[in-house]
Amino acid sequence: MSSTDRTPVETADLCIVGAGPAGALIADRLASEFEVVVLDAGPRFEDESRLQRQKRAIRPFFDRPAVWDSDPERDAHSASGEWFYPLNHTRVKGIGGSTLHWQGMVMRLHEDDFNSGSERGVGPDWPIEYEDLRPYYADAEREIGVSGAEDNPFAPPRENRFPMPAFRPSYSDSLFAEACEELEITMHSVPNARNSESYDDRSECVGYGTCQPVCPTGAKYDATVHIDRAESKGATIIDRAQVQRLEHTADEIRAAVYATPDGIEHRQTADAFVLACGGVETPRLLLLSESPEYPDGLANSSGLVGQYFMDHLFAGAGGVLDERTRQNHVGFFTSESHQFYDEADEEIGPFKLEFSNYAGPSPVELALTGDDWGDDLLERLRADYGNHIAVRGLVEQLPREDSYVGLDPDRTDNHGNPVPDVHWNVGDRALRTIERANEIQHDILEELGAEITWTAGPENTGPTYHHMGTTRMGTDPAESVVDPALQTHDLDNCWIASSSVFPTGGAFNPTLTIAALSLRAADTVEGFLAKQPSSKLAD
Amino acid sequence: MELTRRDAVAALTAVGGVATAGVGLSRLQSEGPSGDPEESLPPDQHVKESMVAIAEVVYPTEVSGIEPFVEEFLDSRLEREDHARGVRASVAELEDRAESWHGGPVTELSRETREQLLREVSAHTVDEHPTGTTAERMRYYVVNELLLALYASTKGGKLVGLENPQGHPGGTESYQQGPP
Repeated sequence: MSSTDRTPVETADLCIVGAGPAGALIADRLASEFEVVVLDAGPRFEDESRLQRQKRAIRPFFDRPAVWDSDPERDAHSASGEWFYPLNHTRVKGIGGSTLHWQGMVMRLHEDDFNSGSERGVGPDWPIEYEDLRPYYADAEREIGVSGAEDNPFAPPRENRFPMPAFRPSYSDSLFAEACEELEITMHSVPNARNSESYDDRSECVGYGTCQPVCPTGAKYDATVHIDRAESKGATIIDRAQVQRLEHTADEIRAAVYATPDGIEHRQTADAFVLACGGVETPRLLLLSESPEYPDGLANSSGLVGQYFMDHLFAGAGGVLDERTRQNHVGFFTSESHQFYDEADEEIGPFKLEFSNYAGPSPVELALTGDDWGDDLLERLRADYGNHIAVRGLVEQLPREDSYVGLDPDRTDNHGNPVPDVHWNVGDRALRTIERANEIQHDILEELGAEITWTAGPENTGPTYHHMGTTRMGTDPAESVVDPALQTHDLDNCWIASSSVFPTGGAFNPTLTIAALSLRAADTVEGFLAKQPSSKLAD
Repeated sequence: MELTRRDAVAALTAVGGVATAGVGLSRLQSEGPSGDPEESLPPDQHVKESMVAIAEVVYPTEVSGIEPFVEEFLDSRLEREDHARGVRASVAELEDRAESWHGGPVTELSRETREQLLREVSAHTVDEHPTGTTAERMRYYVVNELLLALYASTKGGKLVGLENPQGHPGGTESYQQGPP
């Protein structure tokens, strides 16, 4: 239960903005040694409300943002790009952040993802290598709790077993297996951030089937795990604290100014600040914190704050078979193929294939729509459910100058601040990659004997809700916002922990990499705080 | 296929479970029509009997055991005062229509007339809405409430060929198994 005392902590060593996985992991890592405060714009949700939220996920009246109480005034946004961006469908504001509604797929990026320019001929290289992040990936897998297996021949090298065994393949996977074998496509397990057995005092998955957008039991990891743990170590968590701006000098942040529901503005001072509010709100906060020293936005000497917004693109195809496919028993994936991932080059980007376990309509959701009931409804449900099958995929988008997060001067939020404008554009390489993924997806479905009934291709693709690239990491202060340790080039006491630091996105769900980078950054923040004369450690 | 009280208890998980002290969702708290004095709303037993009568219309004919299933389900649902207010008000409105148009309470109408009544209030042509028009509220609190209870349960799922439907914590075995 959140305290209603939302006043600042006077002696804070570290202030973290954002209670998603990045902020939560850093808070947990440092809360024993230092006085840590976490501010989040959204509320702390009661665990007991999750079943009610599940009902919202199923009932047609409630849209996706309503499941986790998105507030249209607080979360107002614009989308001025050629591609519409449905921002509030893609995020959750609150303690736990977007892990509250995420799918929970946790792959490590491949080695080439860190060297896209060198190895694929497009985009920048990251300033770090896979080997730099490798131990932190392992650390992140333990912290989150990942169920996985070492059966993926395309995965980067790893030194340890997954914390839990992988979920076993689905019946649907077995249908795909024969077709994929014929086509010489290798299927393998999926690393899942959900418990295949009891882990870390959280239960195993019990199969509610509504993983995205809500897991009622907590078997799917979300960042409340580490927020709660940080709090137990002494961290202060302040919910419904909307950070308005960051007060600063030329060299450091002095305070995070935040507004609480009672309309009062507070100043949270600290020796160090970690901005962990995602790929949209992090650049927005920096832009809102403009000053004479930083007329284009805080930490923005490079002019790149907000630039290079990326998401992954969805590629998919599906259809029906003349046999039962057993979909919609669970809400997660058990098999993928990363076989084509490292074929990426200048023309075609990396992509992965996902074999769906919930293709086609969910009968219960179907039952709540339509103009029938009784025997007619049952007949319709039986006709519409049972034979669907689908192959999905994620595709890399390259960073582009015309894809960015800015401020919309003509629209303001509940505190009168300009809202974020997600100006999203996608280039031809991503569209070609979607076409390539579609070709393979069609091959698989045709080999299965499916009647293909839909394709999500270049013309009707959409975002997969991963906000990346808007405070790019690099070694050159003129070409990046943060350094390889995620410290801003401009400010001595500010770090950014988010997928906003990704120079390129790869084609894997980003949260494991966010977690690994955050744990790595925590080491640097710890070193910084240990040298501060006022820190709790120094006492 | 026979429904039981035990099936109803399982179905409750999909609609948010039983009443829980301190659980308040702002949007759900706004559910229910305003301006209806609590004392004019029908008591629990009346609501249950009316809902059973409607369930006999909206459930498929191959389902039996409707009365104990619906009554057990509503035992808990009516403990959620915010939601129960909407259910009671919708049932009251339906009863009012039944009296005016068909000369008796829902429970005394034939199955065919009950179905006709639902169609007369347009519950079949609208999308559900907890604070919408009479038809939209009827769809939300009466028709879809009952359909959700059935099709989010194992028994209801099995009617369609899915023994672990969304909202039911049926474990992680059935997804691995082939068709029966």
